[in-house]
Amino acid sequence: MIFGRSERGKPPVEPVTLKILVAGGFGVGKTTLVGAVSEIRPLRTEELLTEAGRPVDDTSGVEGKRTTTVAMDFGRITLREDLVLYLFGTPGQERFWFMWDELSEGALGAVVLADTRRLEDCFAAVDYFERRSIPFLVGVNCFEGADRYPAEDIRQALDLDSDVPLLLCDARDRESVKEILIGVVQHAMAFQADRRETVTT
Amino acid sequence: MTRGRTTSAAQHRLDLIAVVVAEPHADDPEADSTLSPEHVDIVGLCRHAPQSVAELSAELDLPIGVVRVLIGDLVDSEFVHVNRPVPPAELVDESILRDVINGLRAL
Repeated sequence: MIFGRSERGKPPVEPVTLKILVAGGFGVGKTTLVGAVSEIRPLRTEELLTEAGRPVDDTSGVEGKRTTTVAMDFGRITLREDLVLYLFGTPGQERFWFMWDELSEGALGAVVLADTRRLEDCFAAVDYFERRSIPFLVGVNCFEGADRYPAEDIRQALDLDSDVPLLLCDARDRESVKEILIGVVQHAMAFQADRRETVTT
Repeated sequence: MTRGRTTSAAQHRLDLIAVVVAEPHADDPEADSTLSPEHVDIVGLCRHAPQSVAELSAELDLPIGVVRVLIGDLVDSEFVHVNRPVPPAELVDESILRDVINGLRAL
């Protein structure tokens, strides 16, 4: 919880905050990935929602509503006293997709975590980020005991655009996850450079 | 706690990573009888160090929507102010992205 403790009287450092999303199917290792690099144990934040109010957030006039809770796990990496990166695991269940719109607003980019044994679980996430032009990469979590496939085969199975990076990773391994996150930011940079060009020409 | 409110009049939707900062003069929120204990908790946490909306929600074990309303109250009564992250329509400055990459490498 400490961003840079201030001595009494001095104004506290107000950091720039950025976020990267971690998406993928249930049990693919999203929270494990967040935990591998976060300086805090992944925290859980919850949102109460009304079934009737979905996907509109305004709950007025829907008394007698049923409420559900959507949980999101997140972690934090303080890169500098004034620069903090948050990682948000997106809710896995498909019916909570509308939450993603809020989460993805202003996100630097996203990781879609994939398991080769259940590749279809991440189709929806790939599709979501493609449609909204959010830069993302696919991280294939190499589970022990799962068959290894050549990256090109996975790419084809997911029908990925050629500019979307695909990396093999181990969501438990800090160094491996660091590489994934660096990959996301590099991809976001290239993505932004493209957009700037489109705007100016 | 929020007296049935789901949105705060003055507040645009606060991003999860918007940072809440206690105002320097906000030294005694307990003395303000209009504030609930949860309001006081938020000011207390933020006085210690600026906090993101997501962290406040997790720390106080309150739903994000509730925390948003409470923060809105505190902004209105000038106990805290909120630093919003980079607006979604704008691109993040390239030098910041470089700093993020370098920072991750150095971890």
